[in-house]
Amino acid sequence: MLLEVRDLQVEFRTRDGVAKAVNGVTYEVDAGETLAVLGESGSGKSVTAQAIMGILDMPPGKITGGEILFQGKDLLKLKEDERRKVRGAEMAMIFQDALSSLNPVLSVGDQLAEMFIVHRGMSKKDAKLKAIELMDRVRIPAAKERVGQYPHQFSGGMRQRIMIAMALALEPALIIADEPTTALDVTVQAQVMDLLAELQRELNMGLILITHDLGVVADVADKIAVMYAGRIVERAPVHDIYKAPAHPYTKGLLESIPRLDQKGQELYAIKGLPPNLMAIPPGCAFNPRCPRAQDVCRTDVPPLAQVTEERQSACHFWKETLRDA
Amino acid sequence: MPEAYDPKDVSKDAIAPTGAGGAMDLAMSEAETLEKTPGGPLGTGPQEKARSLWTDAWQQLRRNPVFIISSLLIFFLVLISIWPQLIASGDPNSCQLADAHQSSGPGHPFGTDAQGCDVYTRTVYGARASISVGICATLGVAILGSIMGGLAGFFGGWWDGLLSRLADVFFAIPVVLGGLVFLSVVVSSTIWPVVGFMILLGWPQISRIARGAVITAKQNDYVQAARALGASNTRMLLRHVTPNAVAPVIVVATIALGTYIALEATLSYLGVGLRPPTVSWGIDISNASNYIRNYPHELLWPAGALSITVLAFIMLGDAVRDALDPKLR
Amino acid sequence: MGRYVIRRLFQMIPVFIGATFLIFVMVYALGDPVAALFGDKAPDPATAARIREDLGLDKPLWQQYLHYMGNIFRGDFGTAFNGQKVTELMATAFPVTAKLTFVAIVIEIIVGIALGVVSGLKRGRPLDTSLLVLTLIVISVPTFVSGYLLQYLFGLKLGWVRPTVSTDAPLNELILPGIVLALVSLAYVTRLTRTSIAENARADYVRTAVAKGLPRRRVITKHLLRNSLIPVVTFIGADIGALMGGAIVTERIFNIHGVGYQLYNGILRGNTPTVVGFVTILVIVFLVANLLVDLLYAVLDPRIRYA
Repeated sequence: MLLEVRDLQVEFRTRDGVAKAVNGVTYEVDAGETLAVLGESGSGKSVTAQAIMGILDMPPGKITGGEILFQGKDLLKLKEDERRKVRGAEMAMIFQDALSSLNPVLSVGDQLAEMFIVHRGMSKKDAKLKAIELMDRVRIPAAKERVGQYPHQFSGGMRQRIMIAMALALEPALIIADEPTTALDVTVQAQVMDLLAELQRELNMGLILITHDLGVVADVADKIAVMYAGRIVERAPVHDIYKAPAHPYTKGLLESIPRLDQKGQELYAIKGLPPNLMAIPPGCAFNPRCPRAQDVCRTDVPPLAQVTEERQSACHFWKETLRDA
Repeated sequence: MPEAYDPKDVSKDAIAPTGAGGAMDLAMSEAETLEKTPGGPLGTGPQEKARSLWTDAWQQLRRNPVFIISSLLIFFLVLISIWPQLIASGDPNSCQLADAHQSSGPGHPFGTDAQGCDVYTRTVYGARASISVGICATLGVAILGSIMGGLAGFFGGWWDGLLSRLADVFFAIPVVLGGLVFLSVVVSSTIWPVVGFMILLGWPQISRIARGAVITAKQNDYVQAARALGASNTRMLLRHVTPNAVAPVIVVATIALGTYIALEATLSYLGVGLRPPTVSWGIDISNASNYIRNYPHELLWPAGALSITVLAFIMLGDAVRDALDPKLR
Repeated sequence: MGRYVIRRLFQMIPVFIGATFLIFVMVYALGDPVAALFGDKAPDPATAARIREDLGLDKPLWQQYLHYMGNIFRGDFGTAFNGQKVTELMATAFPVTAKLTFVAIVIEIIVGIALGVVSGLKRGRPLDTSLLVLTLIVISVPTFVSGYLLQYLFGLKLGWVRPTVSTDAPLNELILPGIVLALVSLAYVTRLTRTSIAENARADYVRTAVAKGLPRRRVITKHLLRNSLIPVVTFIGADIGALMGGAIVTERIFNIHGVGYQLYNGILRGNTPTVVGFVTILVIVFLVANLLVDLLYAVLDPRIRYA
């Protein structure tokens, strides 16, 4: 297994109290595999990713438990300098907003070349050639001419390609893409996603795709982890979930996608708001919003029950949910 | 959000006129960021947001020791500038040459200066000139600046161009030099020439903030909506723009007050600010500087009082700014 | 880029005219240079009128201004009333003040930025808080107070430096006056750098740089510092002009015969050509420094360069 996250716990300690952002998350990704992590904002999906990358702001963030096994070694036990050498070279991250994630005052060529200079000790000249090569690879037209340009001179889609190029520069084993297409126009979204999927296949990388867009997930993901209030509520191969969700929250997410065959009907929306992470409701965190909630949901935290061999659900009533679907 | 700021603006903000004037500029550049904070409290919100901003700010200020200390200090300073007799019984201008250069002792807790004046009494009475110059100049600058900036922002176009260039002209004159030139020809024993000069050179600072606030407010959806519904210009200006402009103006004005006090002392020290028989810390420091080698205490007391007064206002402004700018918390 | 420079140059013209005219009006309209010539004695009316005519003082003010500006652009700043050419005074005074300003700016840059970076990176920690308080205190102590205090402490009490500067003002004697001149600006540079660093440290592109696996040192110097220093550079650039004009107090304390000294004497003696000449040059320095800042800005920030 390329990456295994085991029972990860992350807290944020602020002046107003302790926010439990991640409460025991477990998932794994293998080489060449795509794991989609779904959830609303505040569900802990990005925080988990940042903890894996080791770019969590600490303080206020603090990893209070669990382990992150990457190629067999626990990243949380590495020294900062060893950890740094993994970042960018062995695992890389693509962020949502390429305009703000790229340095505005450095040319894109410099920012790409930096990867080779720092991790591979290349000369500036060689690194620049590599940068042009990378830009070609992510299909930026006229790469040679544009290598000296600055991020603000590129379109949104092109900038995201540069982010992808930067992540792929050293051909890492794992890529974490945090909402890579959310900030883009719909037409560009598909192009960028296709490019990412294609390069992933080519390099046989593991990909963690963080998103709240179920449409993207169906196309590219192999398996899905659905997160709610810092926990995984359902994990399953992608076709299983789309066929029949085993958790009311997943069901709610799927039903809130507009569908052509339901034209004219009112669109479903999960009622209520995600919980405040400083005061997560007792029992199942989803219980105040759950149409199926019983007394047991308000008192007992549901364990992650094995639905099939490769599928789990954290619902007291997963059987019923599955049956009704 | 690096793309959100307009660095050209910053370049203007940071232009510091000479010496004491610089403080106001920085205060302003900081206050302008505050005003531009996206989604920030002063930004745009409807009235409710503005109200919660003030409540929030007050909650934060009440717990801030810097705010408490500086307010108490300022209260005390204002009190003794109105009634110096409360803590000093003597006459600051009754001096006995025979008593010159005494160190501290009975009757003269801080000693006496070269003219034999009691340093303690003069230090206490010096607050009056400093505080009144500071307050008058700040009020004048705030009023003139708000009017000019408001007009420039509201009418835009030709007016804006003219007023902004005019502001640039006053910015280009070094403060202390301008003061020397201007005040050496207007000789008076009152505080008014000094105050007038400060207003003359100080208004552009407030005017830029007021202008920015008006322009921001004009672009707001709710103001556009009010306009579409037929709200009159003056009504809109008062209702929507004022709440946006008040917070940054207060911050800048408070810090500016401190720097005006420092500027008054500097000009008096150079011999062109306040003139005797007005008791001014600047004049006393200038006189004492001639004897610093042997009688440093004569300089230290007025200098300490001056510095603490300036500090009190700058600290107050700083605390208020922190409270009003959630981004920097 | 070229058009940007030209536009900025054109914008400078009205400001230059306005500022110099304002000074000209203050000096000529409010004061009476002829009366000043005679000091305390009342001049004979006929003689005074003749001198006025000789100096062109009977003409309308705007004509005098045009005439004066015309001369300035031919390099003629007029003659001080004691017969010395104003340009000669400038030739002795400006190099001294320029040296003093240079020392001050260097101190301001090195110390101010270093403190600001440390403070910004340690935001909220005790070191940061104490630096913030310290800068407020420094800002609150007027230059002439800190000047005398430092002069007393280092010059008289400890005897580490000469309390006053000799006429040719060698660099090593200008260190203490340079510190005094820089002090307030230094506190501003510290605060400005700190705010800027603290703000940018949370920027997305800094997070990207960390995610790229760059060493912390490189993240700070190459990514964080470069962006954070843009507003600081602006401040420092504009401060060059301001410090030259503000050196008057420092020069008086340390008895440095620079621009401030000449100007101060000129003003006290009502020596109009000297005053207007020096102030005109200072306004030019101020405007040129600001222009350079704008250009530097464009160099540092590609978003402006290609706007």
